[in-house]
Amino acid sequence: MLFHKNGAGAARSGAIAAIGLSIALVATGCSASDTGGGSTDGDDSTNLAITFLPKNLGNAYFDTSDKGGETAIGEFGGTYAEVGPSTATPDAQVSYINTLTQQGVGAIVVSANDPKAIGGALNEARDAGVKVVTYDSDTDVEFRDVFINQADSVGIAKVQVDLIAEQIGDAGEIAILSASANATNQNAWIELMKSDIEDNHPDITVVETVYGDDDDQTSFDKTAALLQTRPNLKGIISPTTVGIAAAARYLQNSEYKGEVALTGLGTPNQMRDYVTDGTVTAFALWNPADLGYLAAYAAKALIEETITGAEGDTFDAGDLGSYTVGADGVVLLGDPYEFNKENIADFDF
Amino acid sequence: MSTLTAKPTPNVVLHGLGVFLRARETSILLALLLVIAVTTIKNPNFLFSSDGFRDLLLTPSILILVAVGQAIVIVTRSVDLSVGSTLGLTAYLTGRLFLDIPGIPIILVVLAGIVFGALLGVVNGALVAFAKVPALVITLGTLYAYRGLNVLWAGSDRINASDMPKNFLALGTTEYFSIPLLTIIALIVLIAAGWYMRNTRGGREFYAIGSEPAAAELYGLKVTKRILVAFVACGALTGLAGVLYAARYGTINSQAGSGLELDAVAAAVIGGVAIFGGSGTVWGAAIGAVLLLTINRALPILGVQDFWQRAVVGALIIGAIVLDRLLALRQTRKLLESRDDSNE
Amino acid sequence: MSNTVTATPDRVYRDYGQPLWRRLLVTRESAIIALLLLVIVVALLSVRNFDNPITITYLLLDVAPILLIALPMTLIIITGEIDLSVASVVGLSSVLLGTLHQAGLPIAVAGIIAIIAGALGGALNGFLVTVVGLPSLAVTIGTLALYRGLAVGLLGTTAVTDFNEFWTTLAKSKIPGTPIPSITIPFLILLAIFAVVLHFTPFGRGVFAIGLSSEAATFSGINVNRTKFILFVVAGAVSAFAGIYYTLRFGSARGDNATGLELQVIAAVLLGGVSIFGGRGALHGVVAGVLLIGVLGSALRLANVTSDVINIITGVLLVLSVVSTSFLVWLHKQRSKPRRTPRVDSGTPPA
Repeated sequence: MLFHKNGAGAARSGAIAAIGLSIALVATGCSASDTGGGSTDGDDSTNLAITFLPKNLGNAYFDTSDKGGETAIGEFGGTYAEVGPSTATPDAQVSYINTLTQQGVGAIVVSANDPKAIGGALNEARDAGVKVVTYDSDTDVEFRDVFINQADSVGIAKVQVDLIAEQIGDAGEIAILSASANATNQNAWIELMKSDIEDNHPDITVVETVYGDDDDQTSFDKTAALLQTRPNLKGIISPTTVGIAAAARYLQNSEYKGEVALTGLGTPNQMRDYVTDGTVTAFALWNPADLGYLAAYAAKALIEETITGAEGDTFDAGDLGSYTVGADGVVLLGDPYEFNKENIADFDF
Repeated sequence: MSTLTAKPTPNVVLHGLGVFLRARETSILLALLLVIAVTTIKNPNFLFSSDGFRDLLLTPSILILVAVGQAIVIVTRSVDLSVGSTLGLTAYLTGRLFLDIPGIPIILVVLAGIVFGALLGVVNGALVAFAKVPALVITLGTLYAYRGLNVLWAGSDRINASDMPKNFLALGTTEYFSIPLLTIIALIVLIAAGWYMRNTRGGREFYAIGSEPAAAELYGLKVTKRILVAFVACGALTGLAGVLYAARYGTINSQAGSGLELDAVAAAVIGGVAIFGGSGTVWGAAIGAVLLLTINRALPILGVQDFWQRAVVGALIIGAIVLDRLLALRQTRKLLESRDDSNE
Repeated sequence: MSNTVTATPDRVYRDYGQPLWRRLLVTRESAIIALLLLVIVVALLSVRNFDNPITITYLLLDVAPILLIALPMTLIIITGEIDLSVASVVGLSSVLLGTLHQAGLPIAVAGIIAIIAGALGGALNGFLVTVVGLPSLAVTIGTLALYRGLAVGLLGTTAVTDFNEFWTTLAKSKIPGTPIPSITIPFLILLAIFAVVLHFTPFGRGVFAIGLSSEAATFSGINVNRTKFILFVVAGAVSAFAGIYYTLRFGSARGDNATGLELQVIAAVLLGGVSIFGGRGALHGVVAGVLLIGVLGSALRLANVTSDVINIITGVLLVLSVVSTSFLVWLHKQRSKPRRTPRVDSGTPPA
């Protein structure tokens, strides 16, 4: 009743308020587009605008790798940008890929949250002339041009299994703390780890795989739950830098410190504390900055049509030298590296 | 004229016992003890290992604070859906203060967190009280806006555990007589809030406003001011919870506290706080919070995948409000009957 | 006694309080439509790449679920209730589609089962609100958690992603010759149905009546409980359909799909002029509200403004749209307060 009686006056003033609001919004829109206007070059010669799309933002591993990409892009004079979702889900990445297609960037460098789900969007981008490079976590072959693999997957799996076997005396129950349940690289490594354990370490059993979703709190809570529910657990492998850091933090203050071994893939800066006080003995990784660096150069090579992603193509990767594309468009960065108390002080990433 | 028969003086002890037993809070407490008992039988580590006992008390401490604040707001017939975002913002503020001002005393950071939370609560409260817009809509908007601010401020950075002073992080795990410090803080706040709500004029006014806002207004209560105070209290408590969150988890990203509002409302509703305001206690909300999180932790031990947690929470909320409704209907019927009886 | 009564001047009784142009143009809905057009014009002029036809495609693909769900949500809010569980029904239907498809059922069959499940979910909401008599806010907060919990429980955090390419392409396909996606067709059909029902049928008048005063509505012979129940069931079914579309469009069925969608729907509906207190609203305003939020989001994303700023703007818009109504009512009351003029005469009251 109130609204009907006052309808006329309210509506008139409503129009005025709406106009005032729209002026405010226009101001926001104008100022925003001013800062964003330079995202694409728009000229017909090589469009070296390369955007990095990691699994999610706020992840120290991707911060480092994408910085490496930024360095490379600075070297060859392209334009660097980084976008990403706050949670590592496939549908969130699709929206960003769509926007990048609309913006007409030169190349997208993406670490996929799922091998298939983002494929449709990626192919739409490629149809519009955008080159697609996957790094860290691949999609199915038909959705991208080149995949930069940090290290041979078998090698990555083996080094972690070897480390845990060494630390628990090659016998006992272990669990795996992974990232998100669909991540291509995680599932590939976990499969290889399980088959390595079956073939070469018959006394070790993998009792459970839990998913921390590359979220710190979730990984922390999942570690707590694991230790609660599995009193006979001897070791945890966490092939994700977020997971291993969270698990180490829980272990540090828990009664299981020193009783349950923890290893996996971690960055030296995050793990330094835990290695020095003995919570973690050793872990592995590669240099993520090199990964991003190489991915950027691969993108550049694709844009300039130096390579097409076919087996045997070679391209120049700045300080890293020359690289050759292998089968299925995969480029291998190098080998994983083991970090422990002796050498951890030497690194800063 | 009928002879007035003197009613027999009720036995005070029995009456008190009856009230206690029939209280909603007691039944939830019993449910909590039941859950702990069943889980401990399945895995004694749940209760008896030092980690288990500590986690049992520690994990709900943060939710207790938020649930108490939420209960105060719900009692006044509003709701505050922005608590998750407020917690995220204050937790990030805590981290930032330690990073940017090295050597800042911890007590100052705690105060800053509480004040900041209170400020965020003022925004909510002012809009609800002065603009007379349903709290649901306002806090929905501020949930979005505060989270966006948090992401804008944090960018893709995170506060790492190594950025904060060791003695602050130690707060997250210190224990006094094997009770974690955070739990002690939560208990002190709970007792203070419970006393305020029950024994002071301000607290009783909340209940009055929630029961019947029009009557409260006519009675002369300063409704606007009281609603504002309720939201400020909720914001301040959430701010404190944010500081404690930083101490407990150490790593804070821009998504900290996402989804917490649902747990807070669930805890309050399960604890007997009527969603339409006017009844329920902060004690109930606190026990509801402990019950909720204990069930979450008990599920994996009982063999239920912890993915079903959300479903359990939802079922509990619906069960709680249906129960409330049935009890209210029964109460109305009894009151009508006794009115009819006394009229004869 | 004189026979002549002082003739009162002839009163002109008009049919409406305002002239036609006023009634059509000076409404809350028109303000939103004007704002929408303004934002589109500004975006076209200042954001690079916005004028690419592919923008419309992605824009409509993105807001389609919100458009679909906003239709029944409008009716529910007009009756004075609310349904916060719609996004969870989207997630649940997404998961059902995924798991049933994985188990071998053809997508069409799985889709129909998902829609029925959504309708059942809406029926539970309706039952608790109408028969048990609970407030819809509390009920739908509970079912929000329950349905989302069921969705996540069924699938965990895995996503089912190998959908038949025929269906995923269909979800993203465009009407031939235009950049408009084909999901717009079912939406337009639903929009027509809802518009006719709301504005031209007794059922629709009943919806408005319930929102203004459900007691008066009951006494007018409207079956309030049945109306509300039907609305909740329809909301569930439409949300399930939106869930099927969402799944096929993104090619990924996941338990936490569309988390937070209910906020966007409610924000758009309230922005479009529907009053949160019930009894007032129109569908053209709601469509404009959804498109406004969609265009803003799309333009800002293209301009490389991060999504958090977009969220802040949505939140502020939501708050402003409801506060502005209250504020204007207060302004009106202030202006129509009788002015206190000092009394010149001694003030003898009439006999």
